[in-house]
Amino acid sequence: MVMDQSLLALLPELSLLAGAVATLLAGSFLPRQRQWVARLIAVAALLTAAVSAALAFPSHQDGRSGGGDAETVFGAFVLDTATGVSRLVVVAAVLLVIGLGVDELAGTARESETYTLLLLGGLGAIVLAATDDLLVLAVAFLLASIPVYALVGMVRSPGAAEAALKTYLLGALSGIFLLLGATVLSGIAGGTAYVDLATGLAGAPAAAVAVGALAVLAGLLFEAGGVPLHQWVPDATQGAGTAAAAFLTTVPKVGALVAAARLVDVLPGALSWPLLVGLLAAATMTLANLAALAQTDARRLLGWSTVSQVGYLLMPVAVVASTSAAIPALLVYLAGYAVTNLTAFAVLAAVPGARSLTDFRGLARQRPWLAAALGISLLSLVGTPPTAVFLGKLTVFTAAWDGGLAWLVVVAALNTLVSLFYYLRWLVEAFRPGEPAPTAGWAHGAALAGALGVLAVGLGAGLVTALTGDGTLG
Amino acid sequence: MLSSIIFLPLVAAALLAVPRVPDRVARWTWIAVTAADLALVGVLIARYETPADGGLAFEERARWIPSVNSSWHVGVDGLSVPLLALTAVVFCACAVYGLREDRRPRQHAALFLALQATCMGLFAAQDLIVFFLFFDLSIVGMYAAIAGWGHGRDAGRSALQFFLYTFLGSLALLLGFIGLYLAADPHTFDIPELIAAAPLQDNPVAGGFVLAALLVGLAVKTPTIPFHTWLPPAHTDASAIGSAVLAAVLLKMGTYGFVRIAMPAMPDAWRGAAWVVLAVGIASVLYGALVALAQTDVKRMIAYTSINHMGYVVLAVGAAGLLGGGTAARELAVTGAVTQMVSHGLLTGALFLLAGVLHDRTGSYAMRDYGGLARTAPVWSGLFAVAAFGSLGIPAFSGFIAEFQVFAGSIGTTAWAAIALPGILITAALFLRALQLLVTGLPGGRSIGFSDVRAVEAVPVTGLLLLSLAIGVLPWLLLDLITPASAVLVDLVGR
Repeated sequence: MVMDQSLLALLPELSLLAGAVATLLAGSFLPRQRQWVARLIAVAALLTAAVSAALAFPSHQDGRSGGGDAETVFGAFVLDTATGVSRLVVVAAVLLVIGLGVDELAGTARESETYTLLLLGGLGAIVLAATDDLLVLAVAFLLASIPVYALVGMVRSPGAAEAALKTYLLGALSGIFLLLGATVLSGIAGGTAYVDLATGLAGAPAAAVAVGALAVLAGLLFEAGGVPLHQWVPDATQGAGTAAAAFLTTVPKVGALVAAARLVDVLPGALSWPLLVGLLAAATMTLANLAALAQTDARRLLGWSTVSQVGYLLMPVAVVASTSAAIPALLVYLAGYAVTNLTAFAVLAAVPGARSLTDFRGLARQRPWLAAALGISLLSLVGTPPTAVFLGKLTVFTAAWDGGLAWLVVVAALNTLVSLFYYLRWLVEAFRPGEPAPTAGWAHGAALAGALGVLAVGLGAGLVTALTGDGTLG
Repeated sequence: MLSSIIFLPLVAAALLAVPRVPDRVARWTWIAVTAADLALVGVLIARYETPADGGLAFEERARWIPSVNSSWHVGVDGLSVPLLALTAVVFCACAVYGLREDRRPRQHAALFLALQATCMGLFAAQDLIVFFLFFDLSIVGMYAAIAGWGHGRDAGRSALQFFLYTFLGSLALLLGFIGLYLAADPHTFDIPELIAAAPLQDNPVAGGFVLAALLVGLAVKTPTIPFHTWLPPAHTDASAIGSAVLAAVLLKMGTYGFVRIAMPAMPDAWRGAAWVVLAVGIASVLYGALVALAQTDVKRMIAYTSINHMGYVVLAVGAAGLLGGGTAARELAVTGAVTQMVSHGLLTGALFLLAGVLHDRTGSYAMRDYGGLARTAPVWSGLFAVAAFGSLGIPAFSGFIAEFQVFAGSIGTTAWAAIALPGILITAALFLRALQLLVTGLPGGRSIGFSDVRAVEAVPVTGLLLLSLAIGVLPWLLLDLITPASAVLVDLVGR
């Protein structure tokens, strides 16, 4: 392992941090109608982070086979392909969130604070995805989740207050779980770094390892919004503002799921982790899909939909140790899911007055492009080719089958069929005649950009899969 | 060449969908593009020479997803060329018939052009992911056609049922494809490579599961018993053009999948499952015919005869997996199966367009509402009679050539195939009954004041029927294309 203490290697993270501070300061001194300056600062920080992340992207041309050769800085921050992809996805996602949220946020009392929280939450997700040390994992968990509580509560409505409280309570509980698990694991293994876990846990009693690892996983499941710690997701999605909802259903998942993959990868084989995580995946997708069937509120429906997507995303996590196809599949799915989910939220943001599914009637007549974007994003969530999530599902199904969980692939296929039912219900409403609510400009643009992104990821599948690398962690 | 045949309608669809061109322009653009695509397919057939050693003609390959060995790989052989031609012909006929569509004609034309591209793409695909891409997109397109332009009261419901059912099939298919991919070493989605490697040859258990997934996926689309229940409501509520395209082209995707993927890539498993496929084929033939006989709604009746006619195809491909009989008999069965796909496409397409005329005039498909149409609408009656006789297998039409080969080949392989023979008799009875109810007698009910077919309705139907006649009279035109390919296929299945 190459040890490096170079701060320059963390330029994307530092840009986000500096951007968050600068946005907050600028926002405090700017009059309400000139908060767009704070927005520009946030966007500039994100663009800096994107460029530096792209430049620092680990290249595959040097014939490196991965597996321990990746650079690690400060002994806890791995600079491998998974980190590189997570950085790019998170930064792009936050940019899209700001794009779709401009109409909603511009001129509000908490505009610059919202941008600050978005940047900090994004930073937390990246650290979560990149770390291979339990202590840093705990810090990253807090950094990723605290901005989410604040973002949910930013809207002063009863629904948002309830959702914020629910999110906070569950988050606090999960955080305690995570710390407890980290304590147990490091106590057994004699170290907090994952390298120590891999060696230290090998001969340890299975029950203790199981308790520790499950507790850490519980924290990550909360962050990702997976069963059994998913209850906050639909409430928060429905109660929060659209931009906040878009953020909290996308960005934390990237960090949490990559972190879960890194953790499951080093757990010893005494307990059948693939089976256990596979069962969690099956429960997550099944429960969420069944719950989504009955929803009539578009935001709540999307909230449940994001939970069900976590189910599919847990499939590669389950088989991370047994097949090299798992990590590329996870990263492809995360990228595809992020752009698709944000496109759907951009459509919501573009029709701010629409809450229930029937409010979208007449959209296809009045705003055919927006309806097309909605159609593309919903069909992508179903997994229809040639969209982004189809590529994700293809690779994830292949990886799970290859890793010995063929039954899970069948469960996922059946769940996909169930999900078609509620996605179509929404899509059909958009094509019915009716008078739609007025639309917002920036979000409209973000929806179109997102829809193009969904198609680009699906059609440019070769490029995307080339980026996600050879399937090794760290 | 092949890619331009696929993308020409797609580009035209995008061009029609984006700017608000006048309806008139949209209608004629649709016809012009389908005619151009038909011409391109004509050129392709003219320049087609049976490739040596079972290869592909007009092959094109471009990088797509190298990490999973999937590429944009298209190519044709004797199994796919007839279906490409059928697709071009049927869509061209529908474009002419669609001149009378007055509900959102621009979007209608764009949708059907896009649908045509997916059908062309599927029949040219030589990569499982490309195949799946077009398979799924055809479902989405057909769903939009039924939900958006269907005319039944329950069009939305039927469309949803169609989508859910066939989407289940496509997911099963995807599972089968992933199974094939993982079994191949090195992993690949390329169809010719998979056929050459024949993975799972020595693994009957995994092979059985993967083939089962493929069979379910393709059987839903075909459809065969017991996966056929989506078909009648979808047809009842779809527009005339939607029904024609669904029956004439989309159903063929299922049976084409058998001959393109399932049979050659998994010969061992196919031979093991051949009796099941044969039995399902026989059951579909008999059940489809019997239920069609009981229908009072002419469009539902035609829908059920589709199950019957596609049953012959399934019967034949099942027989081709039985090593009993000689190679010649099995080749005959496969050739008959492909001929039947083309023949059914032409004749059923014509029948659905004619049924659409009934609905257009009176809004009813009930056979009892009519009678004596021969007096009030002689041209319609003549065309319907020709299509009905062609469909029941009268010599001189393509249906006879197809069913004769299917039965000669299948019975030559196993005598059990003869159980399906009464299907022909029942089909004859039900078409004669329909003719009697609709055409003969004195005009009554809704037949009074029924205006005969217009040129835009008569021309496409006549075109389809003339092609069926051409195949019936000069079958070698088609058979010369198919026979070498079916010999290759039978060879592959016998491995």
